[in-house]
Amino acid sequence: MFKCSIDSLDKIFAEISKNATVYLPVDNDDGKAVYTKWENGVKWSNELNTVKSLKDFFFPQVENLMEFKVEGKNIEIKDIRTESEDFVVFGVRACDVRSFDILDRVFLVEPCDSYYANRREHGVIISVACTRPSETCFCNTFGIDATSPNGDITVWKTEDALYWNANTEKGKALLDKLNLDECDDSAVNEQKAKTAEIMKRLPLASLTTENFGGGKTDELFNRPEWKTLSESCLGCGTCTFVCPTCQCYDIKEFNNGNGVIRFRCWDSCMYSDFTKMAHGNNRLSQVERFRQRFMHKLVYYPENNEGIFGCVGCGRCLAKCPISMNIVKVMKTIGGND
Amino acid sequence: MSLMKEPLIPVVGVITDVRIDTPDIKTFRVVTPDGKKAFDHMPGQCAMLSIPGVGEAMFSITSSPTNTEYMEFSIKKCGCVTEWLHQAEVGQQITLRGPYGKNFPVDDAFVGQNLLFVAGGVGLAPLRSVINYCRHYRERYGTIDIVYGSRSKDDLLQYKEIIEEWATDEGVNVHLTIDREQEGWDGHVGFVPNYVKELGFDTNKTAVLCGPPIMIKFTLDGLYSLGFEKTQVYTTLELKMKCAIGKCGRCNVGSKYVCKDGPVFRFDELDELPDEY
Amino acid sequence: MQKISRDILVEKAISMLENGDVCSVLGWRKGEFDYDITPAVFTDKDDIKNNFVWNDFCGANFSKYLVQKTRKAEGKILVFLKPCDTYSFNQLLTEHRFDREKVYAIGIPCEGMVDINKIKEITGDGISSIDCGDKITVNTIYGDKFDIDATNVLSERCINCKSKKHVAYDELIGDEGEVLESNRFDEVTKLEQMTPDERFAFWQNELSKCIRCNACRDICPACTCEKCVFDNPKSGVENKAAANSFEEKMFHIIRAFHVAGRCTDCGECSRVCPQHIPLHLLNRKFIKDIDGFYGEYQAGDEVGSRAPLVNYTTEDIEAADIFEGRDN
Repeated sequence: MFKCSIDSLDKIFAEISKNATVYLPVDNDDGKAVYTKWENGVKWSNELNTVKSLKDFFFPQVENLMEFKVEGKNIEIKDIRTESEDFVVFGVRACDVRSFDILDRVFLVEPCDSYYANRREHGVIISVACTRPSETCFCNTFGIDATSPNGDITVWKTEDALYWNANTEKGKALLDKLNLDECDDSAVNEQKAKTAEIMKRLPLASLTTENFGGGKTDELFNRPEWKTLSESCLGCGTCTFVCPTCQCYDIKEFNNGNGVIRFRCWDSCMYSDFTKMAHGNNRLSQVERFRQRFMHKLVYYPENNEGIFGCVGCGRCLAKCPISMNIVKVMKTIGGND
Repeated sequence: MSLMKEPLIPVVGVITDVRIDTPDIKTFRVVTPDGKKAFDHMPGQCAMLSIPGVGEAMFSITSSPTNTEYMEFSIKKCGCVTEWLHQAEVGQQITLRGPYGKNFPVDDAFVGQNLLFVAGGVGLAPLRSVINYCRHYRERYGTIDIVYGSRSKDDLLQYKEIIEEWATDEGVNVHLTIDREQEGWDGHVGFVPNYVKELGFDTNKTAVLCGPPIMIKFTLDGLYSLGFEKTQVYTTLELKMKCAIGKCGRCNVGSKYVCKDGPVFRFDELDELPDEY
Repeated sequence: MQKISRDILVEKAISMLENGDVCSVLGWRKGEFDYDITPAVFTDKDDIKNNFVWNDFCGANFSKYLVQKTRKAEGKILVFLKPCDTYSFNQLLTEHRFDREKVYAIGIPCEGMVDINKIKEITGDGISSIDCGDKITVNTIYGDKFDIDATNVLSERCINCKSKKHVAYDELIGDEGEVLESNRFDEVTKLEQMTPDERFAFWQNELSKCIRCNACRDICPACTCEKCVFDNPKSGVENKAAANSFEEKMFHIIRAFHVAGRCTDCGECSRVCPQHIPLHLLNRKFIKDIDGFYGEYQAGDEVGSRAPLVNYTTEDIEAADIFEGRDN
């Protein structure tokens, strides 16, 4: 484990910036944290987490995939991919770090998505341990330890110091370059124990996944509660777009006058046209669309991925849903552990 | 890292032949610009075809894998992409990628079996690939029965091939039907499900169904009443698809993705999925 | 703190359900915490007894829900409306969007709704309970306790409340209020005083935060098209993503045009925006302009009123005058 003073953080960012772009949570004009490129004078936010998750860096909301030149009957396909720049994201919370275990299992399985893989390969994640969780936090439900997050490097922040520990080869290579002082882990252990006590007091600390998981489709799919839960759902995409694990996308095109650009953009299973085909739609009502989102995270995903749930308990949907309907209310109602 | 192969990037194909099959179905022959078959596939697998600026959509490959020269797609005019394709002429380039999905088990579960194919309308398109594959490797299979129906005689897909090639094969029985009486038609008249029941097949067969949902539903009821088990009946599904590689989330039903875990399913497998396909 | 107690509303809802006067009740359902209230359809009296809430967090406007809910309803629906909600209610009636006969509307006075984001700016994260008494009392899991004046954490639309008067109801519980002289156009005036470049930069900054979740459109009581132009692939403008930064702005500006003259300034768009974009300012600019060009007009003030933009008179201001920025 290595240590540095809080004051030296800018110096460290400057050092990392020599070889890679550094991003970190920074307050915007509205006081909300947004991942922002580091440069001299940019200050690390005190907010618990960013409004949008880290997934934007690896799976951006909009991304051009390829270009076509169309001339008469002829088509030319242009591969417009470029090697990603090296980048480092600092200040990532445990929940968001875990979201990559979930996204990787979608994008990196054969056939591998090269756009995502390219950015994963070039990105380094520096996580930071939580000390003041919010009432909306429930990462614990999914076995995530907010006091000791994963990522290439883990950082613990105390009053006056930062403690660094590398978890991966990539992380070790970066940390080696920073020439920080070695130290023992007593301060970190003390912080972990303190935060663990706070975690127990969280209002959602007792939320469990015991009634969910693979093989529960029959039991849960036809539950009458889906109707009441989805009754006032607007069918907007807020939950999907702030979610660090939602990865459904659409592929669309536009003609920029010079050629056709095929791009992909985030999509939401909550949208009425998500499954609409030329000759029909297999999910006609909002009940079905609403159910799909939660069944996918709580049953279908774990069924295909050794029991890992498709939620990390970051609490963004709790904070952002316009009608305050969210996965916790669904789990408590459908799972019956209210 | 050098950038790896990207599954979403297609290759260019050229339409070398357009056959008008029915008033709303055309069959397109496609090869690469250097005249080769774009990729190999197995019966029941699909490909994503696109016209840049119009869109991309999934189609079943109707030609048999045993055809090593080109691929064919029988396409019904139905939405943006298909309407555009219907106006395309020979020489038009398109893009294609694939093959996608699980094929019919022609090299394992089907081997040694008597086969019963039941299709309605454009539903013959995916089955044609299987039928021609099985005809090619005729000795591997038992009897082949084909029940095919459409609205009218003019709506029967691949009519020439059915009459001239399939119906003349030994051990292949073709049963055609149309929905309503029509001048110049002396064959069977009536809906496909009823015809299947009338024909009263033995249950020593593996059945493959493809057609509109209502046809599937009643044919299935008919087959069950004849004594068929769910494990003997296969079909192929069609849902909205964008990526075709199990990532974009659109064709997800239960824990399955129709684009990669399907489109071919056995009815006992479908029973395990929630009822929303 | 609200003047009417929850118990009065609960009692009323239960008695109407039991008497068969209504078959369902549109009300606010208790959340996981004390502030995350969900709009709900109640049909069971025990459910109402246990889960119906009426407090300083009941911002949700039910008017738009009536469009869908009245279509399926077998009997009448009881709906509780705050004064500002009644303007949306009337506007929807003006546009023939729901069957008035299927609704029993109860007007309830409102002392203003608070904004949880403003509370959290004071208390920080980790709220364990909120009690809406004379003061808003917040306890946190960190052992802190805050007594906050509701007036300090009111949502923007309530600070600038335009009316405490109900313009529609079948029955009123509590006292009727008045139309207020609000300062709601002050922010618009500030924007107008900016140079075009400053204003462009302001909106560029705000609208670049947009994540195109469509929550503003989906909550908007003026946006009740059966098929939104932005969802229609044949419209040519259907896009889940902006092709460029120009288009990004266009979504909100086009939407503001679509609701111009029909927007009652209920403020739901800004309330639900996950990125806190002050979308209501676009609509207010239109309202202010319409007031200036055609005389004061409040959408939803009365059922059936002809809005200036759909009511041509020979006295109407000339387009050239508008372009030159001259009032009528």
